[in-house]
Amino acid sequence: MADWQIGRSRFEIGVKESLKQNTCAAIGEENSKNLAAVERSGGMSVLELNALELGKKIKSGEVTVLEAVEACLARIKEMEPTIHAYVTVVDEERAVERAKKVQAMIEEGALTSPLAGVPVAVKDNLCTKDLRTTCSSNILYNFVPPYTAEAVWNLEKAGAVILGKTNMDEFAMGSTTETSAFGVTRNPWNTEHVPGGSSGGSCAAVAAKECFYALGSDTGGSIRQPSSFCGVTGIKPTYGTVSRYGLIAYGSSLDQVGPIGKTVSDCAAVLEAVSSYDNKDSTSIPRKDLDFTSALVDDVKGMRIGIPRDYLGEGLDEEVRAAVLEAAGEMRQRGAVVEEFDLSLTEYAIPAYYVIASAEASSNLARFDGVKYGLRAKEYEGLHQMYKKSRSQGFGPEVKRRIMLGSFVLSSGYYDAYYLKALRTKALIKEAFDRAFAEYDMILGPAAPTTAPKLGESLRDPLKMYLGDIYTVAVNLAGLPAMTAPWGQDKQGLPVGLQLIGDCFQEKKIIRAAYTFEQIREGR
Amino acid sequence: MSRQYETVIGLEVHVELATKTKIFCGCSTEFGGAPNSHTCPVCMGMPGALPVLNRQVVEYALAVGLAANCQINQYCKFDRKNYFYPDNPQNYQISQLYLPICHDGWVEIETAGGTKRIGIHEIHMEEDAGKLIHDEWEDCSLVDFNRSGVPLIEIVSEPDMRNADEVLAYLDKLRMMIQYLGASDCKLQEGSMRADVNLSVREAGSPRLGTRTEMKNLNSFKAIARAIEGEKRRQIELIEEGKMVIQETRRWDDNKEYSYAMRSKEDAQDYRYFPDPDLMPVVISDEWIKEIRHRQPELQPEKMRRYQEEFRLPEYDAEILTSSKHMADVFEETVALCGKPKEVSNWLMVEAMRLLKEHEQDAQDMSFGPANLAKLIDLVDRGVVNRTVAKAVFEAIFARDVDPAAYVEEKGLKMVSDEGALRTVIEGVLEANPQSVADYRNGKEKAMGFLVGQTMRAMKGKADPSVVNKIVKELLTK
Repeated sequence: MADWQIGRSRFEIGVKESLKQNTCAAIGEENSKNLAAVERSGGMSVLELNALELGKKIKSGEVTVLEAVEACLARIKEMEPTIHAYVTVVDEERAVERAKKVQAMIEEGALTSPLAGVPVAVKDNLCTKDLRTTCSSNILYNFVPPYTAEAVWNLEKAGAVILGKTNMDEFAMGSTTETSAFGVTRNPWNTEHVPGGSSGGSCAAVAAKECFYALGSDTGGSIRQPSSFCGVTGIKPTYGTVSRYGLIAYGSSLDQVGPIGKTVSDCAAVLEAVSSYDNKDSTSIPRKDLDFTSALVDDVKGMRIGIPRDYLGEGLDEEVRAAVLEAAGEMRQRGAVVEEFDLSLTEYAIPAYYVIASAEASSNLARFDGVKYGLRAKEYEGLHQMYKKSRSQGFGPEVKRRIMLGSFVLSSGYYDAYYLKALRTKALIKEAFDRAFAEYDMILGPAAPTTAPKLGESLRDPLKMYLGDIYTVAVNLAGLPAMTAPWGQDKQGLPVGLQLIGDCFQEKKIIRAAYTFEQIREGR
Repeated sequence: MSRQYETVIGLEVHVELATKTKIFCGCSTEFGGAPNSHTCPVCMGMPGALPVLNRQVVEYALAVGLAANCQINQYCKFDRKNYFYPDNPQNYQISQLYLPICHDGWVEIETAGGTKRIGIHEIHMEEDAGKLIHDEWEDCSLVDFNRSGVPLIEIVSEPDMRNADEVLAYLDKLRMMIQYLGASDCKLQEGSMRADVNLSVREAGSPRLGTRTEMKNLNSFKAIARAIEGEKRRQIELIEEGKMVIQETRRWDDNKEYSYAMRSKEDAQDYRYFPDPDLMPVVISDEWIKEIRHRQPELQPEKMRRYQEEFRLPEYDAEILTSSKHMADVFEETVALCGKPKEVSNWLMVEAMRLLKEHEQDAQDMSFGPANLAKLIDLVDRGVVNRTVAKAVFEAIFARDVDPAAYVEEKGLKMVSDEGALRTVIEGVLEANPQSVADYRNGKEKAMGFLVGQTMRAMKGKADPSVVNKIVKELLTK
C-alpha cells in the first residue's frame, strides 16, 4: 500500500517558529527596567498588588501597563527555572506591543474595565490565535490556533495582556500537573510538592506572582484542587456560564472555564468579564445575573450552610478537617446557621465521573490523528500505521489510559452497564444536591482530602489519585458552581483550601461567603 | 432453478438538504469552489471548535417526515458515530441513532399489482464527510473539507420491496416528494441523493428472512436496477449450490455488472455511539409541527387532482405535468400568463418531453422561462406563425430561452396569408407537377396533399396552410 500523506492544513506553521516562544527562552536578557517599576510604586513591587488594585493604579496613571507587564516578565524569568508554571511565554516584543496598545486605549477612554491592562496567564487548553496551544501534550507540540477561545477573547476585549500559556496535566487529565509532556510544575509554597492539577500551572503562576490572575478549566476539580494546594482563590462557575468555544475539550458535559486569583474580589471581577452567552456554544446559557462583584459583601447573617457528613469522614486529613470545622465556627459566630447533613451518594461520584469523562474524552481526542495539525509520526507505512504511531507517540500514559477506559465503556455490550448507568447516577447525584439546596444556601467542605502531596507520589497509584477528587467531581456532574477559598496552612506550611458549593446560578451566594472568609483571614 | 424465490429489499437513502449553510456551522454548502474554501474551525475539526445546529435542517427533515406520514420524536438527540477516516475531521460523525427525528411512516407507490405501501422505518439527520483525492503524481492523498458538514437526511425503509420496479417506483416517489418540498434537488448523478440497497432472498412462502447484503456505490436508477438483478442472481446461485450467503457490505461495479465484498459483519466496526455532549436535545413543539404542516406545499397527488378539476386536463396529461415540480411550475406560470391550459400542456408534454429525451435530460433541467412559451402560444393563436414554424421556434426557446417574437422577426418566419402571393407560387407548383394535377383530376384525391406539401416546401413552411389548401383546391377544380 502506498504511503498516505494527507495534505497539511493551511493552519500549520513552522515548528521552529513556535518553539521560539517556549518557556524562558523568549524573555529578554535585560530586565533592569523592572527595578524602575518597583521604585516608582513606592518601594513595593507592583507584583504585590492584586489584579483590581493594579487595574486602579493603571487607570490613575500611577503604574503603566508596560511596567506591569515587564515586572511580570522579569518575575517569570526569575521564577520559571524553579516553578515551571508556563509552557509558553509570549515574546517580549509581542507583550510590549500589546501593553502599549492597551495603554493608549485606556488613555483614550476606550477601555474602562477594572481589569484593563492587567497581565494574565492562560491555561494551555484555551485556544489563543497565533500563540501556541499545546494542552501540555506532544500531540499538539506545534499547534498554533487560527482563532481565540471566547473566554480569552472576552478578557482581551476588556484590555487584558496575555503573558503566556500555563502548564497543566496533559489534556487536563490528572490532579498534579505531573502528566504534562513538558515537565512538572512545582508548588511555590514548597517546591518538593505538586501544585495540584490539572490547572497547576495557572495556580502556581498566581501563587508565585508570575501573573496577576489566571484562567483555568475545571472538569472534575481542576480549578478548585490546585487553588487549594497553592493557597489561591478559584471559581468553577455553573455549567454554561462561560463559553467553551475554543476550550480544547476533555469531558464536554463537565468542562467549565473559570478564574484563579489572589483574592475573592479579583475572581468575581474576572468571572464577570469572561462570562457571556455565546451562540457558538450550544451549551451556553443566557444569564442576566452576571454582576458577580455585587456579591462582594461581608455579611452572612442568616445564611444557611450545610456540611455533608460524608465530606468529613474517612480519608480526610485531620488538619484539613479541623480547618473546615474552624471555618464553620467562624461563620456561626457571624450569624450563619451551620449544620451537618447527609448528602448521600458521595461514593458513586468518582466512578460515575471517570466513566462519563473518559467516554467523552475518548471521542473528543479522536481528532488528534496527525492528519490535520499537530504531531505526525515520522516513519509509517499506510494510513493505519500513521494513526497508530502518531497517537502512540503523541499521547502520554494517563491520556492513553483514559482513552482506553472511555472506549471500553462505550463499546457495544458494555454501553448500558457502564455509560448509561453512569448517566443515571449523574442524575441521582443532581437530585441529592437539589434536596440539599432546598435546605441550605450553600454547602461547605474541603476542596481536597489532603494538602499538596510530594512530587512523584501520586502517579504511582492512579486509583488513589482518582480518589483524591472525591469532594470535587460531584459538583461537575451536577453542573453546580463551586469555589476554593484559602484557609490557613497545615503544620508543614502548606495551604489548606475550603470548598464552597452553590446551587445552579447561585455563584453570588458562595462569592459572598468566600468574601467573608477572606475578611476574617485578613483581620487575623 | 427448481425452487421459487422471493427477493426482499429495503433501502437506505441519503439526501443532501438544500440549506444555504452547513448543519453545524455557517459555511456555505455551495457545490464546487476551490478545495477547503468553504471551511472553518468547526467543519475542519479544529481543537475547541463546537457545533451549533442549523434550524433549517430540522425544518426540512420535519417536512419530509410529515409528507412520509411519519411519527415525530418531539424530543430527539444527536449521537456521535466514532470511526477513524481522514475525510472525517473529528473522527466521529454527528448523526442520530437512539432518538431519530422521524420514525414509522409510509409512502404509496404504484405497482403492476396496484397501489402498495412502503414502510419508512426512520429518518435521521447527519453531517456529510469531506472528500479524499489521491494524487498519483505526488503519491499522496489530499482532503477537501468543503463537503464536510453538509446536512443530510437518511431515509431508512422497511424491507417491503420485492423487485427492481418497486425500488425504482419508491425512489421516484421519494425524489418527487422531496423536490416538491424544496428540501433537496435529489440528483443521483451529482450525489445529492444516494441509495444503498439491502437485499436478501428466501424461498417463496417462507416466513423467515434470508441473510441480507448491503450494496453501495449505486449512481443511477439503471445501476440500481442492474445491481438488484445481479445480486439476486448471485444469492440464489449460492443457495442452489448449498452455500451460505454472508452478511456483508458489497460495492457495485456498474461497468462489470458485478458486486465485490467490501467488509463482512465480522469485521464490522463498533461505532461506540453515544449522545453528543456538545449539542442540546432538539425539542420540537406541537406548534412547530403545526407551522411546518401549514407551510407544506401542495404535493404531487393533490396537484394532479387539481389539474384535472381546475384545468380540465385528462388524467394522463396531469400525471406527466406533475411528475416533476419544475415542469408543473413552468406549466402553471405559463397558464397564468396566457390562460390556455390544454395548449400549454400540449407543448410541454409533446415537444418539451421529446427534446428532453433527445438530450437525455431531466425535467428539472429545463431552463426556459414561462414568459417566452406564453408568447409563442400567443403568436400561434394570432396566426403570426403556423404550427410547423412554431415547433422550430419552440426548439430555440428550449435551447436558449429566446424571445419568440424577436426570433420570428429576425429569421423572417412570419406566416404568409396573402392570397395573391400564394396564388403565384401555387401556379408554379402545379405547372411543375403536371402528373399530380392529372392524377387529382382522375379522382386520386391524395395528389392534392402532395401539391400542398410542395407549396409549403417552396414557402419554407411559412405559408398559412388554410389559405394554401383553399387556393390549391380552387385551381385544381377550375
